[in-house]
Amino acid sequence: MKPTKPALDVRALKMDFGGLRALDNIDLQIYHGEIVALIGPNGAGKTTFFNCITGMYEPTGGDMIINPVEREPVRINRLKPNVVTEHGLARTFQNIRLFHKMTVLENVMVARHCRTKAGIAGAIFRDPKTRKEEKEMVDFSYGLLDKVGLGQFVNELASELPYGAQRRLEIARAMATEPFLLLLDEPAAGMNPKETNELDRLIMRLRNEENISILLIEHDMKLVMSISDRIYVLDYGKMIAQGTPSEISEDPKVIKAYLGETFDA
Amino acid sequence: MAAKWRPLIDKITGEFTKSLLVSAWFMFLTFPLMVIKVRPLERTIEWRWMNLVYIGVGAFFLSFIWRYLMSRKDGGGSEEEGESWQKKAGLRIRTDKKIYLPGLAAVVAFIVIFPFIFSGYQTQIMISALMYVMLGLGLNIVVGLAGLLDLGYVAFYAVGAYCYALLNHHFGVPFWIALPLCGALAALFGILLGFPVLRLRGDYLAIVTLGFGEIIRLILENWNEFSFGPSGIAGISRPDFFGMELSLREHTIYLYFIIVMLVLFTILVVSRLRNSRIGRAWIALREDEVACQAMGIDKTKTKLTAFALGATWAGLVGCIFAAKTTFINPASFTFMESAIILSIVVLGGMGSIVGVMIGAFILILLPEYLRAFSEYRMLAFGAAMVLIMVFRPQGIISGIRQRYEFHRAGQPEGTR
Ligand SMILES: Nc1ncnc2c1ncn2[C@@H]1O[C@H](COP(=O)(O)OP(=O)(O)OP(=O)(O)O)[C@@H](O)[C@H]1O
Ligand SMILES: [Mg+2]
Repeated sequence: MKPTKPALDVRALKMDFGGLRALDNIDLQIYHGEIVALIGPNGAGKTTFFNCITGMYEPTGGDMIINPVEREPVRINRLKPNVVTEHGLARTFQNIRLFHKMTVLENVMVARHCRTKAGIAGAIFRDPKTRKEEKEMVDFSYGLLDKVGLGQFVNELASELPYGAQRRLEIARAMATEPFLLLLDEPAAGMNPKETNELDRLIMRLRNEENISILLIEHDMKLVMSISDRIYVLDYGKMIAQGTPSEISEDPKVIKAYLGETFDA
Repeated sequence: MAAKWRPLIDKITGEFTKSLLVSAWFMFLTFPLMVIKVRPLERTIEWRWMNLVYIGVGAFFLSFIWRYLMSRKDGGGSEEEGESWQKKAGLRIRTDKKIYLPGLAAVVAFIVIFPFIFSGYQTQIMISALMYVMLGLGLNIVVGLAGLLDLGYVAFYAVGAYCYALLNHHFGVPFWIALPLCGALAALFGILLGFPVLRLRGDYLAIVTLGFGEIIRLILENWNEFSFGPSGIAGISRPDFFGMELSLREHTIYLYFIIVMLVLFTILVVSRLRNSRIGRAWIALREDEVACQAMGIDKTKTKLTAFALGATWAGLVGCIFAAKTTFINPASFTFMESAIILSIVVLGGMGSIVGVMIGAFILILLPEYLRAFSEYRMLAFGAAMVLIMVFRPQGIISGIRQRYEFHRAGQPEGTR
């Protein structure tokens, strides 16, 4: 089932903040079509890992290589965040970072920026080509919002949405950049069990229908265990385990790192 | 029964004592200034106790009213209501043809006959107000849409003015050819300023742009061979009208219509930019720089286009300014100018076109007509600014985002 080349191939990744080694020799592979979870106690370095692969931090060492479908491999070290996104990696944020004073639809339309072309002249003269592009952008964005169940909110300001809906909007916005790998940073944080359930189904659906791979950071073990194909466990910047959900839930090292927290797979 | 009123009574007595304290404090502060009057020649001291009473009573009532308004504001509810009322009214005005068309016709008629029914002086004032509308709308791109606090906007205004003045002085370049050149040169300067400040945000950006504005002014002041220094450039041609000789009055009217057309052009361009791919990128940049980049927007390019396009309008207005006054010198391009333009944007409402226009009219026309109050003019002006910022921090009119109507699922239709 697994093609030879992973969608994302991270080797010996290191990230230092002054004297603090936040990531120490991290290896991680995600294959096309996989849902992979990255778990670990607070402060383990999960968000730092995301920031490294999305170009927001420049890693101290290691290699990060992507293999998009039917395209040449790209080494994404030292690329700017927007270029990484253009290459097909899109993320959401642990602390929701929507464009609050824009409407829900516009939030998604902004993410279409890197897949569209209209320039200043197009904006001013509104030539047929620009109008067509704009219309396609609106259609595409609306379609995505409908898919994540936000169809009725298009004209609301993003800040007026309920919390769970804001999280889903972040996912829709990331999807609008047409990624082949979607990175979700604690998408279920702050959601109630019903919302988490819906999120579970949404993530599965995205993977199945959109042909993407998903890497998610999550503290909700029930969600992690039910949807991931594989799990990586990070503790104090070190990768302490990886494997299928059942392997991970029995791994003594993981149980030790999570001492006090219970698994219910 | 009594228990029900208890909190309210407590509150009022609380406010009462606080206001009393405020008034006592004011009486104390102003005592040496307002009460004691020393006549050094006669060697007498006059005690004007009545002044103390006036100040005490005045401060007490003002403080009481202030507290009442503040408590109403913090009580919430009312503001939300005001906001949705504004939204509804805005939508109604824009969609209901019965209100919209006659209103528009009246405005157009008024604009057209204005210079013919009012004096040349009034028309001149209107021209400068309209110039500030354009400046405000231009700065609105940088500050209101892209969220880049630019305190040196006047630099581009100066670039435009000197561009026309020098071209006209040395080569006799006419207004209509110089106008686009001024815009283009200012855009170039916008990019030149943009590059070094790309990494800066907020306060730091404000300081650097402030410095840039001052640098341009100082260069103009000191580089005599180039800009004729503080004595400036005189005898700049007025806009030519198909080579015809115009009287001063006719020139004023002509210039009035030029600026009206340019303002309309500006409104069209800015409103289209605002709801375009580029405009949305600007707003996203303002809202959250990190998320904006993560969504694939090139921060560098987006910032530079904002600086360049914002500067273009300043350059155009600069050209008009030079043509209007026929004389320019660096004294017209001080920081005060940048501050006024920024106030227009902030007061009117960042990102809102109508708001900026209202802001420009208030800030430019009001001081003009308040001349009667001469020395209290700036005081009243400042007080008005403070009041608006306290009670409507988002500006007089807040920016409204475009709505899209979707009739059936998957069949969206944008409403323009
Ligand atoms: N920009 C930074 N500068 C300095 N230290 C940082 C920076 N970003 C993260 N760190 C440190 O790196 C470590 C890992 O933080 P990170 O945010 O990646 O944890 P996390 O696994 O996402 O935790 P959580 O589950 O709480 O989100 C922490 O000790 C944090 O203080
Ligand atoms: Mg985190």
